[in-house]
Amino acid sequence: MLSVRRMAAVARKEWVQLRRDPRSMVLAFALPPFLLLFFGYAISWDIRDLRLAVVDQDNTTQSRGLVEAFETSGYFSVAERPAATADVDELLVQARVIGALIIPPGFATDLLAGRDAPVQLLLDGGDANTATIALNYASAIAVDYSRETVLHGRRVAAPLVPEARVWYNPTLESSNMIVPGLIAVIMSIIAAMLTALTIAREWERGTMEQLAATPVHRLEIVFGKLLPYLAIGLFDVAVTAAAGVVVFAVPLRGSIVLLGAMTLLFLLGALGLGMFISAVLRSQVLATQVAMVATYLPALLLSGFLFDIASMPVVLRAITYVIPAKYYIAVTRGVFLKGVGLEALWVQGLSMVLFAALGIGLATAAFHKRIAD
Amino acid sequence: MPLVSLRRVRTLVRKEMRQILRDPKTKRVIFASPILQLLLFGYAVTTDVRDVATFVVDHDRTAESRALQDALTAGDWFRIAGTSDRPADLAAALDRGTAAIGLEIPRGFARDLAAGRGAAVQVLVDGTSSNTATVAQGYATRIIQEFGIAYAESQGAIVEGGVDLRARAWFNPDLESRPYNVPAIIGILLMLMALLLTALAVVRERELGTLDQLLVSPLTAGELMLGKTIPVAIIALIDLALICIVAILWFGIPLRGSIIALVVASFVYILASLGFGLFISTVSKTQQEAFMSMFLLFLPAVVLSGFMYPVDTMPDVFQTLTLLNPVRHFLVIVRGIFLKGYGFGDIWVQLGIITVMAGGVLAGAAARFRKSVG
Repeated sequence: MLSVRRMAAVARKEWVQLRRDPRSMVLAFALPPFLLLFFGYAISWDIRDLRLAVVDQDNTTQSRGLVEAFETSGYFSVAERPAATADVDELLVQARVIGALIIPPGFATDLLAGRDAPVQLLLDGGDANTATIALNYASAIAVDYSRETVLHGRRVAAPLVPEARVWYNPTLESSNMIVPGLIAVIMSIIAAMLTALTIAREWERGTMEQLAATPVHRLEIVFGKLLPYLAIGLFDVAVTAAAGVVVFAVPLRGSIVLLGAMTLLFLLGALGLGMFISAVLRSQVLATQVAMVATYLPALLLSGFLFDIASMPVVLRAITYVIPAKYYIAVTRGVFLKGVGLEALWVQGLSMVLFAALGIGLATAAFHKRIAD
Repeated sequence: MPLVSLRRVRTLVRKEMRQILRDPKTKRVIFASPILQLLLFGYAVTTDVRDVATFVVDHDRTAESRALQDALTAGDWFRIAGTSDRPADLAAALDRGTAAIGLEIPRGFARDLAAGRGAAVQVLVDGTSSNTATVAQGYATRIIQEFGIAYAESQGAIVEGGVDLRARAWFNPDLESRPYNVPAIIGILLMLMALLLTALAVVRERELGTLDQLLVSPLTAGELMLGKTIPVAIIALIDLALICIVAILWFGIPLRGSIIALVVASFVYILASLGFGLFISTVSKTQQEAFMSMFLLFLPAVVLSGFMYPVDTMPDVFQTLTLLNPVRHFLVIVRGIFLKGYGFGDIWVQLGIITVMAGGVLAGAAARFRKSVG
């Protein structure tokens, strides 16, 4: 029979050991707020004031109007006005500007005659993402400006208007995307950097023999050892979520209970996996490294946290289906931003249950009390 | 007594190399894992927006409404993930995350379009992935607007003309994220290898007790340090060659700049990384401690490097902080050399900064190293 008292004793022993290791304590309690601050503030794709070089060879009311349309959009600011087109090369190569707008002579004449008035936009394509966004903004500005000038203020409706509405995150704030995903990353770091040590440490220090000699059932050891990490993990998630809501104004629209339950399941799975790795490898350094590869890297790269899964090649896309963090991030984003419940998240819910069962099962199976094998 | 005897250093370097290369597990870590990581990161780290799952609710069901859908899916940006005639299904698809963008075409779309009354369609965007949403929304708006203009022009309904924006992207005409990211990954992996090999290696010797053996030998602390770092620098340079070959041949990243500049800059950058690794090894008693310290140093260095997230959009405080980060400067160099054809003339500022950093951190590490082993 499992005894709560024995489990609590194992948990207390684990906690005392953990408390004495300052680096572990830093990872457990200082890293999450640090990560939140870093990722929350530092990561931003909110593109504004892109530096633009302008070569206006036309120098008419119309050409100046186009440049002004670029400036007043807020997306571009004119940083350089080189005299010749040839100077643009150097500016782009040195990354002093992200793009160059070149208005050839005759621009106003063409425009007023109702002909196509070509304008050249050179972009630094190196950072493809910024360049793509800049290109989309520039096209929109050009379309708007054409309509105004060509029609001389006559109000004519555009033939087709896309009425875009952004749901869940109308201002497209990066922090709304980062904070819910970061919770999964933080938990996988705890699983990889802390839990992976727990059994390997016993083997390395030779205390495994002592543990084996005690009348504690292995399930009691697994649960007892998991308990402190579970508490740390839940505490970290609570702090991160609270800080996200208070500091970064991330909306929490769904059920906290659902979020808590899913978090518990995900933690059990991730910690169980960490413990399994620890029990199999029996070396702290090796276990940490393998756990990083098994939990942290996928949570960072293959979960949809920062990088769009749909754009990955088919092999990686297939792998993401077995990455628990992917499902968990769907849950956190669903609960925080979309305010949805189990009716939309039941697939994710099921996978969390499965993951938790797998983690605990693997940890228990791999944990032998036999010394010689 | 001279501080450093070349002969003794050479012997130690030879011994270290032999020790590193003898262990098949270490060999895998050194030579196979950077290539594997380059492949994983190269494919996974993408800011491209492609195949966005699109849910269509077409109330109009006309040739025009279908033509609009075809126009939307003609590039490889959008794919239809589902269709329905009930708006509720669209909302459910966005809620469940099975679609990231929704297009609702109202009844009378074709009629309004033909009459020149200004037809409207609704585009719903899932904003939870803010970057994808920004780009996808931009593409969708553009395609739909262009569809409308092309249609009106074909009907002779509007005057042609207007600003004809001819955009051309330099250095990377297809605007793929990979040519930008893969060179950066090279920079990240170089630092990772140099850190791993120095931070862990010295501590491992200490754990195994073989450091004491070295200490009773006539080697000075300076020789010991050189003997530990030179092999790592050699290995890191071999790694550089390996991953550059994979980047060029497998990922097809163009190397347009000066190879010599790349090698020189990489070498200085590796020295800086080694310095950090040595420093960690002097403050850590066990490999586990060294690994954790490395993680705590490496993570902010990556976040504040401009790899994955642009430096330009960071708040000013963080932008200033990035100036202290050698990775940030090296990424400018390596991306510039690969994509923009940089030579020494373009990189001397960054190269100078990294050189100063390498000198500083190596001197600091040497001082600590002498104290901690001596």
